[in-house]
Order: sequence, then structure tokens, then C-alpha cells
Amino acid sequence: MSDVKKFMYLNRRAPYGTIYAWESLEVILIGAAFDQEVSLMCMDDGVYQLVKGSDTSQSDMKNFMPTYRTLGDYGVRHMYVDKASLEARGLTQDDLIEVAWEDFETEEEVDNIVEIVDADQVAKLMAESEVVFS
Amino acid sequence: MPIEVDGKTFETDEEGYLANINEWVPGVAGVMAAEDELELTDEHWDIINFLREYYEEYQIAPAVRVLTKAVGKKLGKDKGNSKYLYGLFPYGPGKQACRYAGLPKPTGCV
Repeated sequence: MSDVKKFMYLNRRAPYGTIYAWESLEVILIGAAFDQEVSLMCMDDGVYQLVKGSDTSQSDMKNFMPTYRTLGDYGVRHMYVDKASLEARGLTQDDLIEVAWEDFETEEEVDNIVEIVDADQVAKLMAESEVVFS
Repeated sequence: MPIEVDGKTFETDEEGYLANINEWVPGVAGVMAAEDELELTDEHWDIINFLREYYEEYQIAPAVRVLTKAVGKKLGKDKGNSKYLYGLFPYGPGKQACRYAGLPKPTGCV
């Protein structure tokens, strides 16, 4: 298909407290369902969206953390996390969820598409993307 | 329009999806299918149960393309294709099977 575009979704907000993260996740799912080349970039408080073990039972919001794990099934190939944002919050890759990806036709597999990237890579990845949503 | 199953009333939204996923009982699927003049077979139940497990794990109803892929992985490649799934659920495997399973309308489903 020739009209596939490279989409990047830039998430900078904490997962709960506002509706932004959930709405963004729904848009990602819809974009990916239409066969676009989709990646996610988490920066600033957005890195909390991929921290595992969240518990929303004391809040009024649905715990949508498990939904991020389905992004691989939707054909999202890359979930980037900004290194500086992660370190500033005292977090490491061990605190983040793992998301697997698999191509059913070629049986190519990637165990974890969550990847930590530094500032130079962030800039390069953004420049490569045709459409950036934030 | 609310539906009635074994004397109990279940609220639904304007498109016929169950208002509260936690209220679901297997009878709901039977009543909905009867309204569509469809008889549920074991093959239908495989898909309905699969969707409920998927929702339990990921908290969303999968888009039909994702459903097709995931069914192929779980139930075998001969079942992971649109022809097979549309054969079972002529109104669209995503919409119709999710409705029977008590799930919301799939995300990304138009």
C-alpha cells in the first residue's frame, strides 16, 4: 500500500487524573487498525503510562494499563520512552511493561517493543515521522 | 432496548450492546442470537468465549482485524480468516460477536 504514513503519538501526560492518555490510546488503536505505521513516544509524565502495576480501584477511572499490552497485536512496532524523563522520575526499564509483537505471516517475533531512547534519538525519530500527534 | 433473559431484565445501549459488561450471563448471547434468527453453535461459542477472555486480559474489545489475527493464533489458522468469521457472524464478527459476549462496541470499529 502506497499511502501508509508514519504516525507518531507523543504522550506527555500522566495516565490518570485527566482523560488525555486514554483518549490518546484510543486514537492510537484506531490509527493502527487502519494499517498505518504507528509508533508511540512517551515523555515527561507520559512515561508513567507504561509503568506496570497501576491500581485504579480507589479512583473512578478504568485501569487501562492492560490495553497498552495489546498495541503489538494492533501492529504498533515501536513504543519509545524518553531516557531523561524516565531517569528524572527515578524509573528504569524494569519498572515498565513489556509488549510483544509478532507478524503472523512471517512469524517474525519481537519479545518487547518498549525501547528507551536518548534525546538525539528522540529528535531523529520525530523528524522521520510524517505526522506527529501530541 | 432492554432485553429479557430467564425473567431478568438487562439494560442495553441504543445499538443493543449490554450496558454493564459484568451482568453478562451466557443466556444473553442466546437471546440476542434468537433476535437475529441465528442459532449458536460450539463454533460461535469459541469466538464469544475468546472475546470475553481477550477483554478480561486487555480491557478492550479488539478491532476485527486484530480479532482475526488473534483467533488464528489461538484457534488455528483455518479459523483466523474473515471468511470463516463472517460465516459465523454475518453482521460482522467484531460488532455482532462482541454484542453477544456483552462487550462494548470494538474500539476503532466504524
